[in-house]
Amino acid sequence: MSTVVQPLPPGLGRRVGRNARDWIPAALVLVLGLGSWQVLVDVLSIERFLLPKPSEIARTFWEERDVLWSAGLYTFREALGGFVIGSGAAMLFALLLARFRRLGSALMPLAIAANAIPIIAFAPIFNDWFDVLSPTSKIAVAAVLCFFPVLVNTLRGLTSVQPRAIELMRSYAAGELQVFRKVRIPAALPFIFSALKVASVLAMIGAIVGEYFGGSQEALGIQIRNSAALFQFETAWAAIMVASILGIAFYASIATVERMVLKWQGNSREGVRQ
Amino acid sequence: MSEQAAAVSLAGVSKTFAKGQVRALEDIDLGIRPGEFVSLIGPSGCGKSTLLRVIGDLVGASGGQVTVNGKSAARARADHDYGIVFQDAVLYDWRTVAKNVALPLELAGWSRRRRGERVREMLELVELSGFGDHHPWQLSGGMQQRVAIARALAFSPALLLMDEPFGALDEMTRERLNIELLRIWEASESTVVFVTHSIAEAVFLSTRVVVMSPRPGRIAAVVEVDLPQPRTNETREEPRFFELVTEVRERLRATEPAAGLLA
Repeated sequence: MSTVVQPLPPGLGRRVGRNARDWIPAALVLVLGLGSWQVLVDVLSIERFLLPKPSEIARTFWEERDVLWSAGLYTFREALGGFVIGSGAAMLFALLLARFRRLGSALMPLAIAANAIPIIAFAPIFNDWFDVLSPTSKIAVAAVLCFFPVLVNTLRGLTSVQPRAIELMRSYAAGELQVFRKVRIPAALPFIFSALKVASVLAMIGAIVGEYFGGSQEALGIQIRNSAALFQFETAWAAIMVASILGIAFYASIATVERMVLKWQGNSREGVRQ
Repeated sequence: MSEQAAAVSLAGVSKTFAKGQVRALEDIDLGIRPGEFVSLIGPSGCGKSTLLRVIGDLVGASGGQVTVNGKSAARARADHDYGIVFQDAVLYDWRTVAKNVALPLELAGWSRRRRGERVREMLELVELSGFGDHHPWQLSGGMQQRVAIARALAFSPALLLMDEPFGALDEMTRERLNIELLRIWEASESTVVFVTHSIAEAVFLSTRVVVMSPRPGRIAAVVEVDLPQPRTNETREEPRFFELVTEVRERLRATEPAAGLLA
């Protein structure tokens, strides 16, 4: 099923980046890439509005850092709000659907279908529903974007526990709540974290694209759109850089929490040893 | 043997699936005395695993009476009167070995200190004392199965139900764990009901072997195993061992349709 994010192969996340030596090749490629970009813009005499040089983007980034960062944080707050609301609602909903299977089997196909809808297409409509200048409409877009992948994956994690594990709990005369607390939820955590990482990216996309269709002047998406419209390409690129840095930081912080929570995941995938 | 004294008593037990279409068990009468080691053996589809689950109240009987420790099977399950071990160890990877063993105690609300003591005893019993802080995936298959046994014994239940616990292990490990299990059985003074595919394993471990026939699952024969205790690796080489293995094999063969019909 393409809508389900499989947890990473065990240990991979930990091996990559365990020590500085792992980072050297990637850093080298980055420096080389930026260097050739810088040189090629001159050599191929690419027009400034098509592609500014990295050095110019960096200078603009520095000169306009105050405006750009506050715009970035404004948009990040929208993304974070949407992420928390959307993912939180999705996890609660998944618990409900896992507990009441009939409800689950009725709604799951719809959730999977909804997961395949390009929800971002609704952004202009959300801007109409909520105030176009307020962050609410962007939070809504981000929340809905986060909702379905987190729902589908959490439900998948909660229900993919092997039958023996449940039978064992029954042999202890464990109640439904105990089965959830001790087995289903821990078993679902790798699925949930995979989904949350995807959701963090989606939340940033939702907030920024939502802003493209109109929003506060303080918002990063508006900064990007307006500077592109006014041919201030260095500013547009610098703003994109801010969005990228925030997006990567968001993703990385979730990955860090994941690593702390899933410390037990040495080289196991399924969570229940056969 | 009086009804009260029986560890497990089955009277006219039947089990049907699919609204009576599939008769998994029919007319099962069996009494198991405390301290016995009884193996259930039979071809696939003879209902031996189903029978084990009926005793454990993991599957309800369709008819007849199931009594465990003098109580209904449901009551016995609620009272933690039995521990169960499956073919898979079913250990939770997010818990250490010690915490896996402690899980049933945790569910029953034991204090941390009491749990710790009990877990230490149990890991000692299965000779995994140094492995409490390991995670399940760090152990071999045989060690994982020993953790599962320790967990099943956590409440010191009177009855241990085992569903082909060594079926997934290699022959050498299996024979070693057979001896291990007999030692644990003796030390814990429990009653064991053991489902297996292996004739040699059934004879080596049991005081009685119950031979079952398929479709519908019935008891075809009960073979008393009069090999002396304690059993050792030499037991497997005694003539009496081979005689009993042959007897069980013949009883099993008698449950199958004649070979000529299959050919």
